Amino acid sequence: MKDLTMHIVDIVQNSVRAEAENVVLAIEIGEEMLSIKIIDDGCGMDAETLEKVTDPFYTSRTTRKVGLGIPLMKQNAELTGGEVKIASIVGEGTEFEATFGLTHWDRPPMGNLPETVAMTMTGNPSVNLMFSCSKGEASFAVSTAEVKEILGDDVNISQPKITSFLKDMIAENLKELEMIID
Amino acid sequence: MTKVKSLADLKKMKEDLQSKVNLREKGDNVERMVQVKVSMATCGIAAGAKEVMNQLITELDNRSVDAVVTQTGCMGYCHAEPTIEVTLPNNDPVVFGHVDDKKVVEIIEQYIIAGKLVDGVIPVNYETVKEHKNK
Repeated sequence: MKDLTMHIVDIVQNSVRAEAENVVLAIEIGEEMLSIKIIDDGCGMDAETLEKVTDPFYTSRTTRKVGLGIPLMKQNAELTGGEVKIASIVGEGTEFEATFGLTHWDRPPMGNLPETVAMTMTGNPSVNLMFSCSKGEASFAVSTAEVKEILGDDVNISQPKITSFLKDMIAENLKELEMIID
Repeated sequence: MTKVKSLADLKKMKEDLQSKVNLREKGDNVERMVQVKVSMATCGIAAGAKEVMNQLITELDNRSVDAVVTQTGCMGYCHAEPTIEVTLPNNDPVVFGHVDDKKVVEIIEQYIIAGKLVDGVIPVNYETVKEHKNK
């Protein structure tokens, strides 16, 4: 995984697979640390599964023998002095948080966050993605529900034109609030 | 100072998109559009699926193709990632493997717009949950 947005897409896909209806994606840019939280109301995991999810040779899938998404993100977080914390309750959902040393030499670049959020939002129309990004007092937030409310039933959120608009809108707002990080 | 885009601007854009929908008929219109699913599991992402999806969106938008682009999980073709599934209206889905920048343009121009099959098709050996339940 060459940047953090790839990890974000990957972990959000876990929530989608867990049949979550609501997924919170909260990015917090601190003085020294960068936090990425992904909270869902999906099927959750039992204690035994939770213990194994950071093992690259464990997966809930039957089509292959490895599950690299979480282990790769954990490795990248720990390389920068950060960590990955996961809490889950069966039937209620999962809370995932990864922290990274913001200025650490080994931190992978953020990647294109606006593009990633827009594609995740419109690419998973059945999920209400609630994205927020904060830095100090400043914050920006947008959700699938807000976008869908504007579009109504006649316009499909997954049309390329909508994704392109959201990408530009999120990019302009994050830039305005000085929240675009390398 | 340049105005920063907001959701209010989306309202304006909606009217334009809505007039197209009205031409096409209201209601469940997804069946009448080109549907593209990008496999977005760890294997696909690591192989470049995010870049492929972004290019698909840009190229389809530039050509004003009536389409919906969504993400899906692992389709089981980890060896051929990035993979995409394209469903033309009234056609069966076709899965393409090893998709890259050039392939995206070829698939759009040759298959989606001109209706000609292009190289890189993966024979489908799976069924969706919906298909399985309907059996």
